[in-house]
Amino acid sequence: MTDDATQTFVQESEELLEQMEDALLAMEEAPDDEEHINSVFRAMHTIKGAAGIFGFDFIVAFTHPVETEMDRVRSHQRPVDTELTALLLECKDHTEQLVQLVADGQQDSVPTELNDQGAWILSRLTQAETDQEPAAPAGQSVPEDHTSLTPATGHTAGEDSACVEPEPAAPRPDDNWLISLDFKADALRNGLDPMSFIRYLQRLGPLVDVFTFAHDLLPAHEMDPESCYLSFRIALFTSASKQEIEAVFEFARDDCEIRILPPRSRQASYLALLDELSEENVSRLGEILVTVGAITAQELSGALKEQEAQIDRATADPSQSIKPLGQILVDRRVISRPVVDKALKKQEAGRDKAGKESQSIRVDANRLGHLINLVGELVISNAAVKLMIDKYDLQDAQEVVAGVENLVEEIRDQALQLRMVQIGETFSRFRRVVRDVSKDLDKEIELVVTGGDAELDKTVVEKINDPLTHLVRNSLDHGIETPQQREAKGKPAKGTLRLNALHDSGHIVIQIADDGAGLDLDRIRAKAEANGLVQPDQVLSRRELSRLIFEPGLSTKDQASNLSGRGVGMDVVRRNIDALRGSIEVDTEKDKGTLVTIQLPLTLAIIEGFMVGVADERYVIPLSMVEECVEMDTQHWQIDGQRHYINLRGDMMPYLRLRDFFEVPPGRGTGHSGRESLVVVRFGRTRAGLVVDELFGELQTVIKPLGQVFGQLKGVSGATVLGNGGIALILDVQGLITLAAERTQSAGSPDVSDCPH
Amino acid sequence: MAELITGYGIEQDEVSVQAAKQLSQYLTFQVADEMYAVEILDIKEILEIGRMTPVPMMPEFIRGVINLRGRVVPVIDLAARMHKGQSPVSKRSGIVLISVTPKQGPPQAVGMLVSAINEIVEMEPDHIQPAPDMGQGVDTGFIKAMARLEEGFFILLDVDHILSHEEVCQIEQLHNHRQTVTDMPAGE
Repeated sequence: MTDDATQTFVQESEELLEQMEDALLAMEEAPDDEEHINSVFRAMHTIKGAAGIFGFDFIVAFTHPVETEMDRVRSHQRPVDTELTALLLECKDHTEQLVQLVADGQQDSVPTELNDQGAWILSRLTQAETDQEPAAPAGQSVPEDHTSLTPATGHTAGEDSACVEPEPAAPRPDDNWLISLDFKADALRNGLDPMSFIRYLQRLGPLVDVFTFAHDLLPAHEMDPESCYLSFRIALFTSASKQEIEAVFEFARDDCEIRILPPRSRQASYLALLDELSEENVSRLGEILVTVGAITAQELSGALKEQEAQIDRATADPSQSIKPLGQILVDRRVISRPVVDKALKKQEAGRDKAGKESQSIRVDANRLGHLINLVGELVISNAAVKLMIDKYDLQDAQEVVAGVENLVEEIRDQALQLRMVQIGETFSRFRRVVRDVSKDLDKEIELVVTGGDAELDKTVVEKINDPLTHLVRNSLDHGIETPQQREAKGKPAKGTLRLNALHDSGHIVIQIADDGAGLDLDRIRAKAEANGLVQPDQVLSRRELSRLIFEPGLSTKDQASNLSGRGVGMDVVRRNIDALRGSIEVDTEKDKGTLVTIQLPLTLAIIEGFMVGVADERYVIPLSMVEECVEMDTQHWQIDGQRHYINLRGDMMPYLRLRDFFEVPPGRGTGHSGRESLVVVRFGRTRAGLVVDELFGELQTVIKPLGQVFGQLKGVSGATVLGNGGIALILDVQGLITLAAERTQSAGSPDVSDCPH
Repeated sequence: MAELITGYGIEQDEVSVQAAKQLSQYLTFQVADEMYAVEILDIKEILEIGRMTPVPMMPEFIRGVINLRGRVVPVIDLAARMHKGQSPVSKRSGIVLISVTPKQGPPQAVGMLVSAINEIVEMEPDHIQPAPDMGQGVDTGFIKAMARLEEGFFILLDVDHILSHEEVCQIEQLHNHRQTVTDMPAGE
């Protein structure tokens, strides 16, 4: 139970910290945007509050001063500068570490160095604060203003509302509460003494002005001496809240019309409070206003009564209009219009947020995985039914099954959609990386992100993060040069790193491009030769050369920096991408830049496949990679059986005869007597032909992993269960193409499979 | 709810512990004319030989994959695994399904193709002896122990070693072989 809650805390904190980071980075570019400042404040505030509930005092102890500081920023007492954002980023990182402690269940033993680190960050944060002090916006030159910070820093969690109330400034003539008292005629008869209230009011603060007049005063002879005709307009200077002032007139409420209009400075504080108000608490306008103290409950109920009366009138006579509550309150002069407007805006924002929240549900990833598995089984079962119907030629059932098939397909798509997430979030994490690294390296680098709305499977997203980080760091560290070097080359001092994502025929393509130095192909070659990867006399194309960087042990940087080259090389990147059944390509030009293109499948669960047969075996090729299928025409095509090249309409491409290559045992039955077919597959920019016996056509394929035993197997990426209970292997086109290319290249050596039956 | 019901439970526990101490049950089977056994608790189920799908480019002892109620499960030819050549599939052949826990990763179901399945025997611990040291170079990793019955000796298999380092090495070698081929593209 508690564990669940703690986990939620950790999760939400992480999300908030992520938002905070985004906001901080945005703050650097637009320091005046209050939205970002608020976002940072909110993150700290919420984490502090939640940590307080759970009793994680060490988190509260750190986040609280940060929040206080953010509050000062919010109230423009401290300007936003790069130093501040840098410090706040540190704060964010530190908080993350603290939250991580909770996630690891080590909240009871906070390492002292972490505490020290926190204290150091805080001391710099508050140090900077005191430095800023003299420069803080003047206007509040009253000496006690100085001390006003101290209580704010000292108070503990749970008293948040207190820190937002600005301390009173010196009395200013126009900054007074305006209280209007209109006593009813019966006031005196009911034993009220207007003077006693006014005297009592003085306890709250000096009465700056009292203006007395009589209302509804009748001619002297008609006047009832026991009736009260008095009205007062009082200007009061006080730091008391509206509620406190109203409490003074508690006993007079029935016999007196009371209106309390806040001073102008108060208005500002109400506005600030409205800002502060968490959207979750926002419900009805009246409640909002009472919460921030702009009106009292008393005033609200009065206004509501008036509105009710209006509604009653309107139901009786439709031509009567009903005034909105805000209007009534303004008309009753208990509140000023800007405050109402702000509250209305807040209310709307709250509604929006509530709407958004209800649109998404947190679901356990395992449950989702289970659902997708079940959908996979459903697809298989349906294929089995279809097979049965074809077998017994059940005309009537065919239509029904076609309908079911459509539905199953839709369910499958929807189920897979559930796991799809936008890649933008992954991309935006790199803003921080780019920022930090460029500062560390004294480089000026701009990150341009495009195509962040491209969606792919969450499991893929999780696994792509590491290789992507590596590539980005590589670009930052090795790719983009220092501003001096860049200027010397005639390039703009500021380097650009671009991240792009797009969908391409059932794949997602992720591109990482920099306008840096490009790969030094000569050095790569030299290194490869030194490592014995390449023979000195070998002729390699540019592409082949740049591909060498994915080989283990080939780093051209002689010294490993602390950014990249920490033992994980590009070979690991390639292995990660391979594991996702993706591919990676590098294009580079000296002094122009480097473009890394990663191609990944959208999902790991189900693919559209194309089934082919070789003897008794069935194989599935991902449909997105099938370019065309043609009958083998040994008569008219130039087929180089020695080198495994085929000339298809003038296009030379390597080919593989699956029967020989896989050493497929000959079929038990009569076998396939017809001609063989050539399936042309494409992966990235390379094409190859696969020679098969039979074509079976499209098939929805649920990928079943082959397991660790087959982990190193190239050419086969998985298996699928067919409707008839058999198993078809799913071909890994990329692996096969590589294998085909190898065979073509090693054509000189004698090869048994060269001579087909 | 999660608490154990005490009182009766204690007695039951003691009984079962005692039984486990004394007797273990083993499934014996034939692989290339030799008798082997696996502790019955390691066995998930015993399957008839059905359709096996061969997987290309794998070492000889991996016979292929089978469809186990929608799951794809690899089948290891134990005879080939013991370097005795692939065992021919006959009417008596069967697949013993076990769960293997590799060093990394979750447990995995693996089928062992055997020539014939014999019976379940009960054995006392003193009938079981540690595997003899065969000297260097002899692959004894998968031998857990030797057991003695009236009919003679048989080998108790250590199921977690069925895919032991040696085999993994073999698969990796295969992979590395391909790697080196990739690494050295010949000039045109």
